[in-house]
Amino acid sequence: MSDLTLSAPTRRRPLVLRHPSVLVFLVVLALFTLGVTLLSEGIGLGVISTSFIKTLGKTLCFCLVALAMDLVWGYCGILSLGHMAFFGLGGYAIGMWLMYERTRRIIVDSLATAELPATPQEISDGIASQIFGVVGASDFPPIWAFAHSLPLQLAAVIVAPGLLALVFGWLAFRSRVTGVYLSILTQAMTLALALYLFQNDSGLRGNNGLSGLQNLPGLDLVPQSTVSLWFFWASALALGAGYLFCAWLVSGKFGSVIRAIRDDETRVRFLGYPVEGFKLVVFTLTAILAGIAGALYYPQAGIINPAEVAPIASIYLAVWVAIGGRGRLYGAVIGAAFVSLLSSWFTGGQAPDLKIGSLHIQWVDWWTVLLGLSFVAVTLFAPKGIGGLVDLAARIKSPNRHGADLGPGAGALREREADE
Amino acid sequence: MTTLLEVSGVSVSFDGFKAINNLSFRIAEGELRAVIGPNGAGKTTFMDIVTGKTRPNEGRVTYGEKSVSLLALSESRIAQMGIGRKFQRPTVFEDQSVADNLMMALKKDRNPLAVLLFRPKAADHARVEALAGEIGLADALHRKSGELSHGQKQWLEIGMLLAQEPRLLLVDEPAAGMTLAEREHTTDLLKQAAKTRAVVVVEHDMDFVRRLDCKVTVLHEGSVLAEGSLDHVTQNEQVIEVYLGR
Ligand SMILES: Nc1ncnc2c1ncn2[C@@H]1O[C@H](COP(=O)(O)OP(=O)(O)OP(=O)(O)O)[C@@H](O)[C@H]1O
Ligand SMILES: [Mg+2]
Repeated sequence: MSDLTLSAPTRRRPLVLRHPSVLVFLVVLALFTLGVTLLSEGIGLGVISTSFIKTLGKTLCFCLVALAMDLVWGYCGILSLGHMAFFGLGGYAIGMWLMYERTRRIIVDSLATAELPATPQEISDGIASQIFGVVGASDFPPIWAFAHSLPLQLAAVIVAPGLLALVFGWLAFRSRVTGVYLSILTQAMTLALALYLFQNDSGLRGNNGLSGLQNLPGLDLVPQSTVSLWFFWASALALGAGYLFCAWLVSGKFGSVIRAIRDDETRVRFLGYPVEGFKLVVFTLTAILAGIAGALYYPQAGIINPAEVAPIASIYLAVWVAIGGRGRLYGAVIGAAFVSLLSSWFTGGQAPDLKIGSLHIQWVDWWTVLLGLSFVAVTLFAPKGIGGLVDLAARIKSPNRHGADLGPGAGALREREADE
Repeated sequence: MTTLLEVSGVSVSFDGFKAINNLSFRIAEGELRAVIGPNGAGKTTFMDIVTGKTRPNEGRVTYGEKSVSLLALSESRIAQMGIGRKFQRPTVFEDQSVADNLMMALKKDRNPLAVLLFRPKAADHARVEALAGEIGLADALHRKSGELSHGQKQWLEIGMLLAQEPRLLLVDEPAAGMTLAEREHTTDLLKQAAKTRAVVVVEHDMDFVRRLDCKVTVLHEGSVLAEGSLDHVTQNEQVIEVYLGR
């Protein structure tokens, strides 16, 4: 008996076995992806339209950024209201290459009919005036220096959000800014980024943003119904990988330490952990995760503009995670999927209008009010969010005996042993 | 014996109020020391200064054989150098199991990358179990520490301190709110700990201090009023006046 208890925790089983929710999640995600593919317009039965495939793919990206939000807020206790800035940066980074390369091909094709072969300068000028004509410029701004290279822009998907998070986080955490002040600071960061991008001379086409991102360069012949599936699969893959990564991150001592930081960061300092360093790591990693999610999202959305990184976007992100249940990874995913799909249903005009007396409720306008009220309700009455339902279900099935004996008699198994 | 911690001429004021006033004293390597004094004497503030939570307005605090000044170091650096602290109010991470709390406290590399890649070995699990046994929580290893009784939380916190393997342990009112039996267990734990390291215990309870059987420092209004054996200081006129009452 004592032999069993001594050796039990030392046997290290794989992550998915120690945390069954990870396995359940991955299986559900795989089945969902398979099901959607089979029903898709692109290669399946044609029940699900291409535009809905895109909606689902985008939803998966929201789930991924919600995971990041849950890690930084639900686990580490940093209520960042700026993570959609990183999401947007990821989108801009990939959007630059998509737009550049597609325009380049168009310009090269159009110059091919000319009598003299076009010089690289002519091609470059052509691309620049095509892209920047809308903001009255015809030169490439310096930040487009790498736009010709897919690998470099893919690197930028990670480097740009990561670097911003690193610098911002270093400044903020070093000065021990916490709580509400930190939240406000992150709002200021995303607002500043949005305002900067709105300017015509920001180099990213001001409020026009980047468009036509759904068209993959050189793949004009591939129908959108197929491209949409590619991105849907990529998003599902990224979500699955992101989930595994986050689960791994929070499962060990690192997870212990960041949850401890959330609950009492002063105490963690006296244990000898450099709290600021941990916060910085979490903040930066989640920013990168958000950037990757954004890079997958915007090619499906087709367009990105500065309004996407407006402060409200990050607040919505926090609302999703709160409604889904923070501090548990699947909670964040459920929240993001549930609320964002519901939101697109309500704001898409499909929801039937309501008439209560003289009040005529049109959901397009009233959805935000409903969302706000649900947020308040969840915060006040169900802080565990939708994810809390899982606890309820689990408790009904097997009450928590805190490791006590399972039955009468001295030989009874303990709850913990029975689990193994 | 060599000096482990030396506090000299330290003063701290909060909004003009001098909580610590020209405080000087030293703790030797491996010493067990009790600090007593009336409420507001500055006992907790003294610990805040040593552990880097509060920066003094003047004075020096040096530690170790190289006499490193602690004043410029962060809380986490000071903790890494081997100064552990137990707070007046028990603070364990209630959302996590007893084992997780102890595992976190085990003396290991504290930098984020090392922590991220850390996977406990059999020896680490064994150490955690041994510690849990020492503090009487062997059966509660997998319980959430939030479910523990007040006394058990205090012990868990002491266990976490032992896991840190500090050279100097600062313990703030460890017996507050404990039953008599719990107090005795606590005394044993501290005396046991003091065999291999220096321990400074702040306590109000005279019987508890008597059981510790060690040198006593009396603080009053932020400076040392008397120092010596318990019998010596309790006979001191001033101590009787300000602390023990007539
Ligand atoms: N952060 C602070 N700001 C203002 N005053 C403080 C602060 N910390 C402590 N003080 C004051 O300094 C004095 C000493 O406080 P301290 O907590 O060190 O006393 P103590 O000896 O630990 O008392 P107790 O026995 O009640 O724990 C008290 O008068 C207290 O009000
Ligand atoms: Mg005190």
